[in-house]
Amino acid sequence: MRRDLRSSSVILKAAAQLLLPLLLLLSLFLLLRGHHEPGGGFIGGLVAASAIALHLFATDMRSARGVLRVDPRSLMGVGLLVALLAGIVGPLTGGPLLAGRWVDLTVPILGELHLGTPILFDVGVYLVVVGSVLTFVLTLAETGEG
Amino acid sequence: MSLLVALPFLIPMVAGSVSLLAWPSRRAQRAIAVVGTAGQLIAAVVLLVVVWNDGIQVLAAGAWPAPYGITLATDLLSALMVLMTGITGFAAALYSLPTISSRMERNGYYPLMHMLLAGVAGVFLTTDLFNLYVWFEILLLASFALLAMGQERAQMAGALKYVVLNLFSSAMFLSALGLLYGLAGTLNMADLAVKLPALDDGGRVTLVSMLFMLAFSIKAASFPLFFWLPASYHTAPVAVSALFAGLLTKVGVYSLYRTFTLVFTEDVPWTHGWLQVSAGFTMVVGALGALAQTDIRRTFAFLHVSQIGYMLMGLALFTPIALAAGVFYFAHHIIMKSNLFFLSGVIYRLGGSYRRDELGGLWTARPWLSLVFLVPALSLCGIPPLSGFWGKLLIVRAGVDAGSGWLLAAVLVTSVLTLLAVMRIWADVFWKAAPQDRPVRRAPLPVMLWVVTVGLAAGTLWIGFTVEPLWALAERASAQLLDPSAYIEAVLSPELP
Repeated sequence: MRRDLRSSSVILKAAAQLLLPLLLLLSLFLLLRGHHEPGGGFIGGLVAASAIALHLFATDMRSARGVLRVDPRSLMGVGLLVALLAGIVGPLTGGPLLAGRWVDLTVPILGELHLGTPILFDVGVYLVVVGSVLTFVLTLAETGEG
Repeated sequence: MSLLVALPFLIPMVAGSVSLLAWPSRRAQRAIAVVGTAGQLIAAVVLLVVVWNDGIQVLAAGAWPAPYGITLATDLLSALMVLMTGITGFAAALYSLPTISSRMERNGYYPLMHMLLAGVAGVFLTTDLFNLYVWFEILLLASFALLAMGQERAQMAGALKYVVLNLFSSAMFLSALGLLYGLAGTLNMADLAVKLPALDDGGRVTLVSMLFMLAFSIKAASFPLFFWLPASYHTAPVAVSALFAGLLTKVGVYSLYRTFTLVFTEDVPWTHGWLQVSAGFTMVVGALGALAQTDIRRTFAFLHVSQIGYMLMGLALFTPIALAAGVFYFAHHIIMKSNLFFLSGVIYRLGGSYRRDELGGLWTARPWLSLVFLVPALSLCGIPPLSGFWGKLLIVRAGVDAGSGWLLAAVLVTSVLTLLAVMRIWADVFWKAAPQDRPVRRAPLPVMLWVVTVGLAAGTLWIGFTVEPLWALAERASAQLLDPSAYIEAVLSPELP
């Protein structure tokens, strides 16, 4: 038995529209606080992926792909490369693989920023998780729609 | 230079990621596959040379010293295994070019292949048991996907057995990790080797070590939990089953070699006694299973199980010459066995079947190919002067020195059974006249198939005719395994930048 994904309720549609930006913001929040507090790229990525999956259930495949804009598979590739880059910064600056490197930046609005390779690594993880979860979900949804 | 230790898995990781980005372009993916695997092979060669000249190489990831951080290290055994990974990976990539269907290429065959190679190299390089588990999962995930990719019924049935049994083994591995961490408070293998002897544990470590042994034995496909291998290997595309045959079980055997020489050496008569039993049964049962098969790929899969027994026997006897013989066997076996799987794919191309009874006439139709087939086939049987003969001779000598009569008997029985199984393939597929309804195809073979099979056969011949270089390497590797003090020291006190 094949269920049409578009037969979802009005409540779900309305809620999903509201929740999508909120969940995406939450996922970024989780990603950024992850170094010292609970959170991180993995959790953030899962939240972002579930936000888009919710959107998919409320609307349709096309609209979900529209929200994502890129092929989730290339998100995996980019994410892996970003994470690897974070690992390679160490050797490029004379340290071992995955060595932490930090810079302090002063940005006009945000103020003092303490940025390092761990956050870069987490961004990579975030992208890989979003990419892989959505590859699963979209592939399954596509087979469901026939 | 310490980055060199990580290159064998960094290169396939980068290649895999770029390959994901190049998803729409098949041509780009194929180019990346060749370049990536060649890169891994080159890194592996350099690594082996450096380890041979300068001793054990260590890399403390993130500058966290062991046992707090994850440390990577290569001794000669690791370096040799990484080299074998490079060779098999490169050969499989070349073989994939003309054989893998465009549908599989579009479904992500090449990224998965890179991921598998990264996982295998990671297993060989890590010094941390938990990290080992993670690499195992990476390579298993990739192998599940590669196995199930064709989406045929037989593949699903084979993949299911493979997945269930390997997940079971992973769960066991993970529980054993938890128990060991509870006992010793560390999972760094070098650190464990220092701490475990000082632990008054009343045999609990030995108990945990048996859990590890069982988990690794499943992955190594040794008796009694080997049946997933003959059920699944022959269902995958040829390039994949050759890659699996070369590497996947070796990962399990390598883990046994590493842990049961470095960490779990408290109660050698007990643990290695069990390994002897397992080795003996694996050999004989695998060879008996091979005799019952008509599908040539299944025959080779059973013979593969049987050969795992020889490698285990090297570890189980636990003498310098036995370990060296085991290491020698590793190298010989990977090259020979992956070549046999590659060649069975070539046979399928020509004869249109994998079944002995439906094939025939290859000797008259394709004499050169038959000669290429003879090299790994006779090497598998242990006919002098090919590599398998030396491998078996060394194992037998180790057995004689250790005075274990029944294992020797198992080796000899297995040799005869193996010879019988291989000669039946030879007689049916090559000598028998081709069946009326299935003449041997005349179309020329793609060049890459010749390159791969002839190249690997040349490797087998090289090992056979110049035994000395590989034997010297194996002896030094075995000395490092039996006296792990250098490894422990290198891991626990790496120079920090």
